[in-house]
Amino acid sequence: MKRLLAATLSGVLFGAGLVISGMSNPNKVLNFLDLAGPWDPSLLLVMAAAVMITFLGFRLAWRLQRPWCAESFQLPSARRPDLRLLVGAALFGLGWGLAGYCPGPALTALVIAPGEAGLFVAAMLGGIALNHLTRAGS
Amino acid sequence: MIEATPFTPWSALAGGGLIGLAAVILMASLGRIAGVSSILGQALFGDSGERYWRLGFIAGMLVSAGLVFHFTSAGFMARVDYPVGLLLAGGLLVGYGTALGSGCTSGHGVCGLARLSPRSLIATLVFMLCGVVTAIILRHAGALLP
Repeated sequence: MKRLLAATLSGVLFGAGLVISGMSNPNKVLNFLDLAGPWDPSLLLVMAAAVMITFLGFRLAWRLQRPWCAESFQLPSARRPDLRLLVGAALFGLGWGLAGYCPGPALTALVIAPGEAGLFVAAMLGGIALNHLTRAGS
Repeated sequence: MIEATPFTPWSALAGGGLIGLAAVILMASLGRIAGVSSILGQALFGDSGERYWRLGFIAGMLVSAGLVFHFTSAGFMARVDYPVGLLLAGGLLVGYGTALGSGCTSGHGVCGLARLSPRSLIATLVFMLCGVVTAIILRHAGALLP
């Protein structure tokens, strides 16, 4: 129950952050990615603020013996980039540049621009499913 | 079709700060990375025991985004009439790519960089570069063609 509440609180802040920052606005995202167009650098500041707060906050959090509501910290153990990472990131970037949505903003778009978000999210779920179904034993 | 958007440094910083705070809270309370693609993917395809906190995160995101968008001045003009083909292709690629690459802008771009992860740095550079190239070609290809 505590875990559910904590995760929900995190989600609430995350969702608010996405809208307030403009990440949920695909026009703003595309105006950032499209360096040749009417450039809007706002997303650079979004990333900078998010990374800085997270960098400092993670270090504070890791001073805890264990997380407040869990046994241990679950951090990804892989450190070296591999082909799956590279291809995956490239495909993700391609998709991001086509419509201006990455996963978080796409989900928020369900309550902001449901017409187009429905299509994007349905396709996104399909893509996730396709990957999970074709995974070689992982 | 290209609508200019104003540079909004203060709301960008405030929103980014909230995203960071969300990530810190998830790490301090559950010990997990706030990577939306993984949270969503595992909510659908992962252990059922770990499903509920992920669904809670997503539900919190949706409710909060909806309230902030519709009831505060943080709202913007929702996009309409975007080509269906681009939405479908974009969605498919984002879904597949983030699952294959184990992360997205929040997982690799925010949390990964904050952890100083070499994998996430590479992933972020790659998806940023691909996003930039794709957006430029998509929006300006007409002008580039002879």
